[in-house]
Amino acid sequence: MSHFFEQAPGYLPILMQGVYMTLLVTFGAFVLATVLGLVWASMRVSGIGPLAWTASTIIIVVRGIPGMVILFYIYFVMPDLGLSLSAVQAAIIGLGIAYSPYMAEVFRSGIEAIDRGQTEAALSIGMGWGLLMRRIILPQAIRVALPPYGSTMIMLLKDSSLASTITVAELSLQGKLLASSTFENTIIFTLVALIYLAMSLPLTAFNSWLERRLGKSR
Amino acid sequence: MSIIELKNIRKSFGTIEVIHDISFSVKKGEVVCIIGPSGSGKSTLLRCINGLETYQGGEIRVHGDRVDTTSKTIRRIRTRVAMVFQRFNLFPHMTALENVAEGPIYVKKEPREKAIEHARELLTRVGLAAKADSYPPQLSGGQQQRVAIARALGMQPDAILFDEPTSALDPELVGEVLAVMRSLAAEGMTMVVVTHEMGFAREVADRVLFLDGGVLVEQGPPEEVLSRPQNPRTQDFLRRVLEA
Ligand SMILES: Nc1ncnc2c1ncn2[C@@H]1O[C@H](COP(=O)(O)OP(=O)(O)OP(=O)(O)O)[C@@H](O)[C@H]1O
Ligand SMILES: [Mg+2]
Repeated sequence: MSHFFEQAPGYLPILMQGVYMTLLVTFGAFVLATVLGLVWASMRVSGIGPLAWTASTIIIVVRGIPGMVILFYIYFVMPDLGLSLSAVQAAIIGLGIAYSPYMAEVFRSGIEAIDRGQTEAALSIGMGWGLLMRRIILPQAIRVALPPYGSTMIMLLKDSSLASTITVAELSLQGKLLASSTFENTIIFTLVALIYLAMSLPLTAFNSWLERRLGKSR
Repeated sequence: MSIIELKNIRKSFGTIEVIHDISFSVKKGEVVCIIGPSGSGKSTLLRCINGLETYQGGEIRVHGDRVDTTSKTIRRIRTRVAMVFQRFNLFPHMTALENVAEGPIYVKKEPREKAIEHARELLTRVGLAAKADSYPPQLSGGQQQRVAIARALGMQPDAILFDEPTSALDPELVGEVLAVMRSLAAEGMTMVVVTHEMGFAREVADRVLFLDGGVLVEQGPPEEVLSRPQNPRTQDFLRRVLEA
């Protein structure tokens, strides 16, 4: 134990570089997954056959492919098609795509949880689809969707370690490299685990606070 | 002059026809009450008028514009024919005031200041000036329904459709909503009211329509339809309602 506290501070600076990459990939992928998820969900609830069908197909296909394979595809196959991306860009895009179906389901279930009477009331004062979504449905759906949205963010934070498979030196890869050069497996992987925990715990806490708050207001 | 005109309306859900060839019109300033047993098609008929339901046969016109849910005119028609629902359907994430001002600001694009001032006047008119900043879940059913009426009035409609506006209310709250509706009628608002409140229909309606099984069985002034019904189905329905 005392050995751990003596050695650990020395490894932190290198691991912190990994933390930076982890946060960058997580945040970037989260934003992209959110945007894509909103697009898929809007298409699915649009009531327009071909749009809904296209979105459903995309969701099924993407969800059926492992995230790692999507990353490989974007990093190794895209250059053959004339699109070269840095490893970090590929990781953000790949994870963003891989997570978009989960986001879409989160938003869709939020939207579908809203009473039909809300839509009817909005239509009856002359709102069109855009106003209905923006002013009436989405503001309410967000309250329903926030807790699962938060959980998805935590899953994405952990899955950002997949970026290591395409050479992004994020936290887990930095840890692995450091461990194999120092043989301090216990110290380093304990540190890595603790750092992941330190990043996800505030998210978890925020999430359950939200759930409590929203639970009260109904 | 007729504001609302229905000609030979037929409406089916799937293969089942629930409205059979109904025609009637509503003149400016008229109060028409629609009565009839559960499942007779009262709500469906009302919802066809502002295009919340499609219809398969005949034609509905509002101010001469054909009600067609696929046409661009439907939004304009809906701003002219407001609707009050049985379950209020207030927007729960907005205050009473915001509920009333929402349509004027975002649909009719009125200046915010003016819309809010007008919304306050309307809340005062339905006796809820003090509740302007309350959210719907903090209001009683009767108060929510009065906000919903103010929201309908906010669109400055030519007519208001009411679908059993007091059916979801505790008995002691029915009176306050009917009082607001009575005052609207007295001010000359054109109203189509689906209701089980026979007292209200007798007192306020210019005309009562009795629907049964998707058919318009009988219509006329309340003293005739409610007191001296001609059709045996109307007689039977009224006997059952008055016994209950
Ligand atoms: N969305 C729907 N899909 C299928 N059938 C429906 C639908 N809405 C109504 N119906 C049917 O249409 C008929 C008329 O229903 P409607 O709700 O208009 O009756 P109502 O007179 O308003 O009854 P209540 O007094 O109970 O409100 C009923 O047989 C009902 O089952
Ligand atoms: Mg009904």
